Amino acid sequence: MKFTRRETFAVAAGFVAFGVAGLRPTTASATEEDAMKAVMEFAGGEPQAGRISLTAPEIAENGNTVPVTVSVESPMTDADHVQSVVLYADGNPNPFVITFNFTPMSGEATATTRIRLAKTQNVIAVAKMSDGSSFMDKKQVKVTIGGCGG
Amino acid sequence: MASAKPRVKVPKSASAGEVITIKTLISHTMESGQRKGSDGNVIPRQIINKFSCEFNGQPVFSCDIEPAVSANPYLEFTAKVNEGGTFKFTWVDDDGSVYTDEQNIDVK
Repeated sequence: MKFTRRETFAVAAGFVAFGVAGLRPTTASATEEDAMKAVMEFAGGEPQAGRISLTAPEIAENGNTVPVTVSVESPMTDADHVQSVVLYADGNPNPFVITFNFTPMSGEATATTRIRLAKTQNVIAVAKMSDGSSFMDKKQVKVTIGGCGG
Repeated sequence: MASAKPRVKVPKSASAGEVITIKTLISHTMESGQRKGSDGNVIPRQIINKFSCEFNGQPVFSCDIEPAVSANPYLEFTAKVNEGGTFKFTWVDDDGSVYTDEQNIDVK
């Protein structure tokens, strides 16, 4: 079988395209759907807006350390308190970032930490209350240098 | 990693019922398991995966940590103190080592 010049190019282009598509899964990152699925699973339904506030920089120059603060309005009594807050990052290889577990002895449901972000993406915080209700806040963070290494 | 060194900041004293802020930092590389070394192989994951804080034996705050937390994990949280006592902090490494620290607080 002989290829004309044009056919040779077409075949080569096909291989390149296949190669790129085939490599994709090894560098797969979480998608927004994956993150939302995880949110739904944790919250047991669609979380409501309000009561929770997530503070993160709008632009993070270095994705290796992005400071984030989450705080939830709650009286923090035995009957009514925040049980846990989960942070998700929907563009990281694994959408889970950290789970904070609070008790009435925490006094306030506030916590700060520093996280890694691979690229520009949404950071999502979901709080679960002792009465089973859940609340969500979302912030987009623009990342200049990704934080997951080569 | 034997070099992990915890640092904790707790106020020396507080009034009863006050909500205090506690800051903790532990030096740790938090190897995410995503990076490749110079030989092209993936460097295995080694992170601190759990942190907890207890006051006089009662749980106050705890975290489940994933590789997306930065190196030298920093945590800031609050605690309500009604009486004097001891805060105990525990970090659990992927390799099974446990790092602890204790701090006392006086309540006037």
